[in-house]
Amino acid sequence: MAQTAISVSVRDLSLSFGVVKVLKSLNLDVAEGEFVVLLGPSGCGKSTLLNCIAGLLDISEGRVFIKGRNVTWEEPANRGIGMVFQSYALYPQMSVERNLSFGLRVAGMPKDEIARRIARAAEILQIEPLLKRKPAALSGGQRQRVAIGRALVRDVDVFLFDEPLSNLDAKLRSELRVEIKLLHRRLKNTMIYVTHDQIEAMTLADRIAVMKGGVIQQFDAPQVIYNRPVNRFVAGFLGSPGMNFLEGRLEQAATGRRFAAEGVSIPLSTYDFETAPRPGPAAFGIRPEHVGLNSGAGWPFSASAAVEVVEPMGSDTLVWLKLAGQNFSVRVTSERAPRAGEMVTVGLDPLRASLFDDVGNRL
Amino acid sequence: MSGPAILSAAAGVEALALGAGGPQGPKPRRALSRRNVFVYGTLLVVAVYYLLPLYVMVVTSLKGMPEIRLGNVFSPPVEITFEPWARAWSSACTGLNCDGLSRGFWNSVRITVPSVVLSIAIASVNGYALANWRFKGAEIFFAILIVGAFIPYQVMLYPIVIILREIGLYGTLTGLVLVHSVFGMPILTLLFRNYFASIPEELFKAARVDGAGFWGIYVHIMLPMSLPIFVVAVILQITGIWNDFLFGVVYTKPDLYPMTVQLNNIVNATMGVKEYNVNMAATLITGLVPLVVYFVSGKLFVRGIAAGAVKG
Repeated sequence: MAQTAISVSVRDLSLSFGVVKVLKSLNLDVAEGEFVVLLGPSGCGKSTLLNCIAGLLDISEGRVFIKGRNVTWEEPANRGIGMVFQSYALYPQMSVERNLSFGLRVAGMPKDEIARRIARAAEILQIEPLLKRKPAALSGGQRQRVAIGRALVRDVDVFLFDEPLSNLDAKLRSELRVEIKLLHRRLKNTMIYVTHDQIEAMTLADRIAVMKGGVIQQFDAPQVIYNRPVNRFVAGFLGSPGMNFLEGRLEQAATGRRFAAEGVSIPLSTYDFETAPRPGPAAFGIRPEHVGLNSGAGWPFSASAAVEVVEPMGSDTLVWLKLAGQNFSVRVTSERAPRAGEMVTVGLDPLRASLFDDVGNRL
Repeated sequence: MSGPAILSAAAGVEALALGAGGPQGPKPRRALSRRNVFVYGTLLVVAVYYLLPLYVMVVTSLKGMPEIRLGNVFSPPVEITFEPWARAWSSACTGLNCDGLSRGFWNSVRITVPSVVLSIAIASVNGYALANWRFKGAEIFFAILIVGAFIPYQVMLYPIVIILREIGLYGTLTGLVLVHSVFGMPILTLLFRNYFASIPEELFKAARVDGAGFWGIYVHIMLPMSLPIFVVAVILQITGIWNDFLFGVVYTKPDLYPMTVQLNNIVNATMGVKEYNVNMAATLITGLVPLVVYFVSGKLFVRGIAAGAVKG
């Protein structure tokens, strides 16, 4: 991303609450107009990082730049950010209109300019009929639109979203997800979006930063993160149903490297190694949809197994069986789903697999 | 109702067992069950226990002295007279003067109103700062404040006399207002802190992102959301300060005594016959203010208490 300007930059940022280090020397560069998702399990520090960027938390070490300006000691209002919260955080006693204008009134903006900006935001978000209502008279989706509008009217460079869809039901969530994506395409602002929902992350992001324990594990495009996870945590966190892991050993044979587990030996000639690993304990990870089921020859490795459980999920069906004595799932289209107890042939291609060493790093 | 009956109904056969008869709709309840007798009986006994003294006071205050001398405490007045009430208000005698409770009433008003306003104004800002602006040492400050609530008044009585004397406020209403405001601080701050802590933190963050400062957030966001807790605080303070006797008698002079002290002096003044009817009337008049406050705002009070109790 060297060719585009940097919009938000976090340098060596650390945050401690007492002796607990919540964020550990984080670095993050977000390009102008980019949609970055901070993804991780609860307690990984993703919301904390967002609050640090917003200036709502005082950081312990490091610096924060927004639009090339060092805003480390700036008040949230002076950072050029707008923020949308999970609980919407609308001021309950104010009408939608007054909610939208509150920040502008605090800043002492002229009335006609305020009216102009509210009209624009209301038009973009299609909330014109709601302007006179109180938040209590709005549905969840409408409230979140107003909350987005409150960030919109401030005409800021950077939008920060703190799990904005987590309080909505599944259907509304997917609708608003699309709307946020459209909003980003229309406004072309930089957006930083915190979520624990991998679907949101995959669908919205230009780049995803997967976090764990206050450290960014991997920061890359969604497809790269999905297909080439840097460690076992990232591999397991993304994907639903999750990636299969076979525990075994990496071995060096005369014909090349092989992955060996109980009764199984997979040739790794097609695997794209990051390093030149030595033999030792390893895990072979492969996503259920990358496994072939009764799909003929031509696989570098195939084995037969008995189907144990079949889980229909609508368009797809998840087939559970045992490979090398370990649970293993295969995703097939529902028309091709076998029945429980049937014998099937499983085909694997290490090209689509991920190998991890005993501490979980990608090999 | 057995399985086959249901089956046959499902098969389209009109089954009598499913049709008419049998239990239907809400379960009937007997009005005079053992449970009801016990519950309402207990409630009745407790209510009578609490209301009897009040009844005696009201009845006695409406009797003339000859009727009282008959000694029938519980009998209603034969001849209703409001003269004791008038005397209690305007001409009952203490040891010093004979202008009744009216002087004390106005003193109490002049003590209660500024004390309530001042203590609530300060405590609400205190609670807001403690709940939302976690400054360094906030926890310690709060702990000290709460410990303050548990120190017995007797310990502080004399030191405060000295402090008030030194700053020249001893024996004045201003001094008493100050004392009431300070002593209301721990419990009120706790009340407000807990209430503000129960307001979602994201609201506060959103206001900060919108550029509102300490006072902006307090005035525009927090205050409009806090009516219930303000009602609770007002009720606590009005009743507490109005009913105060100790501080009133210690820190003021006789002509500035609050109503409670005045009442005591009227009841305890020994000049000839004890006028029970006047004493009862005077007591009722003194208790009227807190009583009215409770009646008017009871519902809001309960709601506020419940709201403040959510988070500790």
